[in-house]
Amino acid sequence: MSEIRHFKLTCIICPLGCEIEVKMEGDKIVEITGFGCPKGRDYAIQEVIAPKRVVMSVIKVNKGDFPTVSVKTDKPVPKELIPVIMKELAKIEVEAPVKIGQVIIGNVANSGANIIATRPSRKVLPVS
Amino acid sequence: MQNDYDVVVIGGGPAGLAAAIRARELGLRVLLLENRETLGGIPLQCIHPGFGLHYFKEDLTGTEFIYRFIYKFLDMEIEHYTGAHVVSIEPFSDLEKRLRVVTSKGVLDITTTTVIYTTGARERHLFEIGITGHRPAGVYTAGEAQTMMDIDGIMPGKEIVIVGSGDVGLIMARRFALEGAHVKAVIEIMSYPGGLTRNVVQCLQDFGIPLYLSHAVTRIEGTTKVEKVILTKVDENLRPVPGTEKEIECDTVVIAAGLVPYLKVLERAGVIIDPATKGPVVNEHLETSIPGIFVAGNALVINDLVDYVVEQGELAAESAYLYIQNKGIPTKKWRKLVKGRNIRLIVPHYLSGDNDVIIYARVQKPEENVKLHFPEINKEIKLPFVKPAEMIRIKLRKEDITKAKDKITMEVVLNE
Ligand SMILES: Cc1cc2nc3c(=O)[nH]c(=O)nc-3n(C[C@H](O)[C@H](O)[C@H](O)COP(=O)(O)OP(=O)(O)OC[C@H]3O[C@@H](n4cnc5c(N)ncnc54)[C@H](O)[C@@H]3O)c2cc1C
Ligand code: SF4
Repeated sequence: MSEIRHFKLTCIICPLGCEIEVKMEGDKIVEITGFGCPKGRDYAIQEVIAPKRVVMSVIKVNKGDFPTVSVKTDKPVPKELIPVIMKELAKIEVEAPVKIGQVIIGNVANSGANIIATRPSRKVLPVS
Repeated sequence: MQNDYDVVVIGGGPAGLAAAIRARELGLRVLLLENRETLGGIPLQCIHPGFGLHYFKEDLTGTEFIYRFIYKFLDMEIEHYTGAHVVSIEPFSDLEKRLRVVTSKGVLDITTTTVIYTTGARERHLFEIGITGHRPAGVYTAGEAQTMMDIDGIMPGKEIVIVGSGDVGLIMARRFALEGAHVKAVIEIMSYPGGLTRNVVQCLQDFGIPLYLSHAVTRIEGTTKVEKVILTKVDENLRPVPGTEKEIECDTVVIAAGLVPYLKVLERAGVIIDPATKGPVVNEHLETSIPGIFVAGNALVINDLVDYVVEQGELAAESAYLYIQNKGIPTKKWRKLVKGRNIRLIVPHYLSGDNDVIIYARVQKPEENVKLHFPEINKEIKLPFVKPAEMIRIKLRKEDITKAKDKITMEVVLNE
């Protein structure tokens, strides 16, 4: 029989922060308890197998109403890719207008996730 | 004579937008006034996810969440001014409130039957948390730092110390770490983190940021720019322990010392304030001590979840509708909701028994395996744990409320 391991984790999907316990036998999950909703169950499974996070930042916008638009990955990416993605985002600049949900970088760092805008930017004409 | 509006909403954050949309859906004549040049309030500068899981059943960033409301509000063509600062509210009579508003186009005098006050919260200042000394360059409040980074795209510094481990402090720590800054410490005076556990996990543990519990920053040093902070351990009574001083070098200090309902104009109008919430005393319709003035969102009580803020905004709009239909809130008898063991704050303060009511409360200290107990009405709700950082939200049914004569106590008791 394989070794039984217990993981205690706090669900980070929503602010309720349910305390979820995962029981594993070898690399098989045998029991999950403590989650408040199915999303938390999925999170717990992922967290013990391959932890992932949504990455967010801001990027520069030219000719926009604000100097930046905010962006995020449209799904969680493996934790170890976070620094790589942040480096790509630091390099990029876009032109206004930007729509909310617009894809800024497809399949960023080969993660399978896209970088999308989470705040719109209106184009403003330069004041002369 | 008819007033200019049925309802004027003051503040265009999530609470105000939700209130204005609901009021319009109910057919009221609505005006919304926003101080800043843009609608949206705090979520506009919150680029992290964690918004709307309950309301939209989706995990959105603050920006995505608030744009759903902004677009809906604009589509409904609800009348509004941005860059409009309300300077006074005069409760002229139960059916007429007079507002004075300063806008870029001049001063407006407006009459309305009801007011929904949703101005959000202000950040606590340095002196309010006992930090002495002058303020060299490099000291920011969390809100200032967030605006610099996430709206203007400017990094405030490289070596960061954050004071306060509430959600705001934790989220700022992650933001700095993600952008490659070195977050040297998050410092918390209490013996437990002020923010949600999920934020301690994903904002500090993920990035290996040290959290100093039971520590207080006593001084910030530096002649022109910040050079270091001095901190000491504190005992159970939050008093400094002699001989435990240490210093941390840094170029930036971010003060995330909590929020206080922002009530300047409302206080001058004379509403009664609850010293525990620092927001107005309200009945179940979120009506303040001035008839026809309602309050919602962070101006009512500091909320950690925007979903609850929106829920309060919508309730305030429905209450304004009820008020206008009946020329006042019809209830004459109120039951007082009273704080019992381990309850730090509770809203609303008065219940009628005519409606089911959602109660928001916070505890004083963390406890596990407890129940919420309402002795006068014989009701119990089991909870695995309670924490000061997590607002309790429960519904009391009218059948239960009417069991009480004149007061209902809410207390936390340990499960035996
Ligand atoms: C850093 C941070 C992170 C957060 N993270 C989350 C999260 O992950 N999930 C979540 O659900 N919630 C989160 N929240 C909480 C959420 O943002 C707030 O609960 C919510 O914004 C409160 O809404 P509000 O409408 O009451 O106030 P605000 O958003 O503050 O809006 C108030 C508005 O009123 C305006 N105003 C003020 N005074 C006047 C005046 N005199 N006249 C006219 N207008 C005025 C202001 O300019 C502002 O636009 C977070 C908050 C912060 C600070
Ligand atoms: S399990 Fe569901 S309810 Fe609990 S924290 Fe996670 S998402 Fe929220």
